Amino acid sequence: MSKFKKKPKAEPAVSTASLPDIVFMLLFFFMVTTVLREQDLLVEQKIPQSTQLQKLQNKTLISYLFIGKPKNTGLYGSEPRIQANDVLVSAPDIVQWVNQERDLLPESDRGLITISLKVDKDVKMGPISDVQTELRNADARRVLYASTAKVPQ
Amino acid sequence: MARNKNRTSQEVNAGSMADIAFLLLIFFLVTTTIASDKGILNILPPKLDPNVPPPDIKKNERNIFTILINANDDLLVEGEYRRTPEGLDSDIKDFVLNFGGPTEKGAALWSTLPASVQGQAMRRPESSDDPTEAVVSIKTNRGTSYELYLEVFDLAKKAYFEIYGERVGLTADEYRKLTGDDPASQALLDKGKADFPMQISIAEPDKIGGS
Repeated sequence: MSKFKKKPKAEPAVSTASLPDIVFMLLFFFMVTTVLREQDLLVEQKIPQSTQLQKLQNKTLISYLFIGKPKNTGLYGSEPRIQANDVLVSAPDIVQWVNQERDLLPESDRGLITISLKVDKDVKMGPISDVQTELRNADARRVLYASTAKVPQ
Repeated sequence: MARNKNRTSQEVNAGSMADIAFLLLIFFLVTTTIASDKGILNILPPKLDPNVPPPDIKKNERNIFTILINANDDLLVEGEYRRTPEGLDSDIKDFVLNFGGPTEKGAALWSTLPASVQGQAMRRPESSDDPTEAVVSIKTNRGTSYELYLEVFDLAKKAYFEIYGERVGLTADEYRKLTGDDPASQALLDKGKADFPMQISIAEPDKIGGS
């Protein structure tokens, strides 16, 4: 019977020694990909979805305008507002803002400045067209309607 | 001998390392926003000089595909009422590729198109003459929702990208993903849209209907 003697039981515990390594790997991945928001959003942002998205090659050419209902409705009211950098601006200020942003770019790229409009879903076309009119006045005619990919049904 | 006993626990206990790393990991997982600079590119028309009257453009009505969207988000497409923008992309595609009465430029363009695209030409007299003449016009109201406007604009772009893709034997998605980084993809990009302008006109919204 000794032939069928049970083999010595294998160690049941799985070694967790490599767990920290795996976790660190993930950690470094997220640390590298993360972009800490440099701006506080003062307006609501629910970005609409669409299908025909294009990616811009040169990120330095992009300046952002956020449009939406203010988060702090007590202070700023409930009508959609425009946020440029860290402040809420009104439409006529956009020309000046565009010129400031354009001055930050190298001279050869100034004509290529692209304004990314991050617009909340619930905004109506009125404020958008005001902004576009001002952008035309400022001759910043490349506009990117920021949007996320629509999951096909 | 007693000293030797003390030496046994020289290593620092690293068991809590995983916990610390997990804590950091969860922090970065929560705060991370993978930056996305994707969107739909639109080139606005140049500013009008107030001293110069707007150019009087004579264009045949049949060469303009008009989409009107009112403050209730109802659509009027070529004079026809629609509740949703569904199917607009294929209508626009049919309109652009109609080739009802090609001009010289249009005829030259026709000869460069592959047979699969040529086969889609309906040649209806009441639709566009050729793609160089065809214009898709989107007119909104100040009360139109931005979401619907973007959806319609998206569909108009989709129609054009599908045509560009078909010209070089790709799908619309594959065509849009071309970056133009290397000469091969740049050549495909150029070939797709050569002499085939994407003419989507965004009319200034009218003021009726409130903000």
